[in-house]
Amino acid sequence: MNADVRAIKTPAEQGLAQAFAAARDTLPGKGAVAALRENAFREFDLRGLPHRRVEEWKYTDLRALMREAVPLAGVPDAAAKARAKEAGAAFKGVDCRRLVFVDGTFVTEMSDLAPEAGLTIGSMAQALAKGDARVAAQVGKTFPNADVAVALNTALMGDGAVVHVAAGTALARPIHLVFVGGSEKPSAAFVRSLVVVENGAKAIIIESHEGGTTQVNAALELVAGDDTQVDHVKLTQGRALHVASLMVSIGARAAFNTFAFTGDASLVRNQSFIRFAGEGSHGGIRGVSLLRGKEHVDNTLQIEHAVAHCDSREQFRAVLDNESRSVFQGKIVVKPHAQKTDSKMMTRSLLLSDDAEAYNKPELEIFADDVVCGHGATAGALDPGLKFYLMSRGISDKESEALLIQAFIGETVEEIAHEGIREAVMNQAIAWLKGRA
Amino acid sequence: MLLEIKNLHVEVEDKKILNGLTLTVDKGQVAAIMGPNGSGKSTLAYVLAGKDNYHVTDGEILLNGESILEMAPDERAAKGVFLAFQYPVEVPGVATMTFLRTALNAQRKTRGEPEFSTPDFIKLVRDTSAKLGVSQEHLRRAVNVGFSGGEKKRNEILQMAILQPVLAVLDETDSGLDIDALKTVSEGVNRLRSPERSMIVITHYQRLLDYIVPDVVHVMSKGRVVKSGGKELALELEASGYAQFTDEAA
Repeated sequence: MNADVRAIKTPAEQGLAQAFAAARDTLPGKGAVAALRENAFREFDLRGLPHRRVEEWKYTDLRALMREAVPLAGVPDAAAKARAKEAGAAFKGVDCRRLVFVDGTFVTEMSDLAPEAGLTIGSMAQALAKGDARVAAQVGKTFPNADVAVALNTALMGDGAVVHVAAGTALARPIHLVFVGGSEKPSAAFVRSLVVVENGAKAIIIESHEGGTTQVNAALELVAGDDTQVDHVKLTQGRALHVASLMVSIGARAAFNTFAFTGDASLVRNQSFIRFAGEGSHGGIRGVSLLRGKEHVDNTLQIEHAVAHCDSREQFRAVLDNESRSVFQGKIVVKPHAQKTDSKMMTRSLLLSDDAEAYNKPELEIFADDVVCGHGATAGALDPGLKFYLMSRGISDKESEALLIQAFIGETVEEIAHEGIREAVMNQAIAWLKGRA
Repeated sequence: MLLEIKNLHVEVEDKKILNGLTLTVDKGQVAAIMGPNGSGKSTLAYVLAGKDNYHVTDGEILLNGESILEMAPDERAAKGVFLAFQYPVEVPGVATMTFLRTALNAQRKTRGEPEFSTPDFIKLVRDTSAKLGVSQEHLRRAVNVGFSGGEKKRNEILQMAILQPVLAVLDETDSGLDIDALKTVSEGVNRLRSPERSMIVITHYQRLLDYIVPDVVHVMSKGRVVKSGGKELALELEASGYAQFTDEAA
């Protein structure tokens, strides 16, 4: 534990402390929830924003990157909602149930609340305010961890989605959580969502983040019960300082897949805490990041194989142009009794510019002796031989590169099972590539 | 005259490979280029296609009277230059059909011609691939990935048949082929012989020229053409070897 108690706080840290002091009495939830917030805030107050000497945040120095704290986002007005109307357009070709959050607040009139058997949808702020026992019992318990960004989210969590899928239910449509900034003023949103998929149920959850909110700290807790099939896809775009924490607990004989697509986003940290808690489950943890300008995208994983007979596949690709920077940190922990774990992690970076930087850090911590675990990492430029071959057939310089880049990320995007979502993600990538020409 | 190469000097990584090469190829002519290892045959092929790092220090290459030296490889392709690679590369993740279509339409666009419609394109590829014995299964796969040596060479000829170049450069198309594959590939090439299309067939061995009978044979040594003649020159070489020419050039 890094117990560096510092007397001097940065302006951002001071601002966050003031925000918490001002909002603590009005943030939703009393009793146990309020106590949870207080504890989380104390954790933040003690350790401050994570910085480069904190191993997990070495390459994304939040203390340096977050110069100031901006005010907590208020309830969106009509203008903010109007600006948010077109949000989530990347998935408009997919028949989804849209739940819209503007500046972190659930906007029911923009959301699809049509009843569906076995599905319950609600607002996190309301659930906390009214003391929903099921929600209070789960928040912070899915994958308890000591991360400061998560603690900050817990201290300041406002609204978010609460989705419950009853046992044996196969959702008719994917649920699309649309998070969008609508405010024109600098604002910070602390969203917290909880998705519980009970035994034997099937669900697809899409999360998209875009728009003007200056700072976003989003956390999603996802509980996948036994024999479930859960797919999660996250799309992140926009100019926010975006920190997202995904906390997942996977039951027995389940299939869980998550895919993080990041493109045209200024500063993103996706941290995933995923625990295999029941035997015989499969997990696919994947992502594609497309970066240019001075963008910074960090995908950090902590995968915990707590039980035997599970397999996981971690596959990440980054394409970097200009002076952008990508970070991949993949930690796989195999606990002492997690025999027969089969885990393969691969991360590849394609550097399109001499000034781009890719940091790849795989880590395996294995405490069981009968496991198959492997990892690999590559970083390199486009193969000039391949490019010449394409160009010699009449394909232009840029188009040759686009084809090769598309092929590079295609291998990972192909793993998204839902055809419509897969195409939507690929179309985002193609749009990004067109932006290069 | 389709192609005119005048006094071409080329360096690769500061090493002189072509040394004042002069060569002309008439329209519709099939010219064989033979020569020992290291004589600069493959360099000539790459320089014609416009590969990076092949520095032309002197001389000129004219295609239909126009210099192509300043053109990028894709511009040369649109002008009708096609190189059948000695070692076709594997392009993972790019389906052969996508590749063919992108290439064909890119060339047509550069030339100001309308793009092929999907049905017309599919028909063109089906008909062409059937003649070359390229299976539909191969067309669905990524370009050259997991193809055998013979399949890769056949894929080169398929591309040539689809792209219809005015100048095809075949760089050791016979290398790595067994006798049956050699026949199939040669038949494919012969079908593409036309008064409108010239070919440069680069090979070490006479054998290929039994199947693709050239109009002229040029012998290269030390980066230049040292002897030219009719097809009988190839047979002569087969009997006597290259030593006489390497000495002659020295």
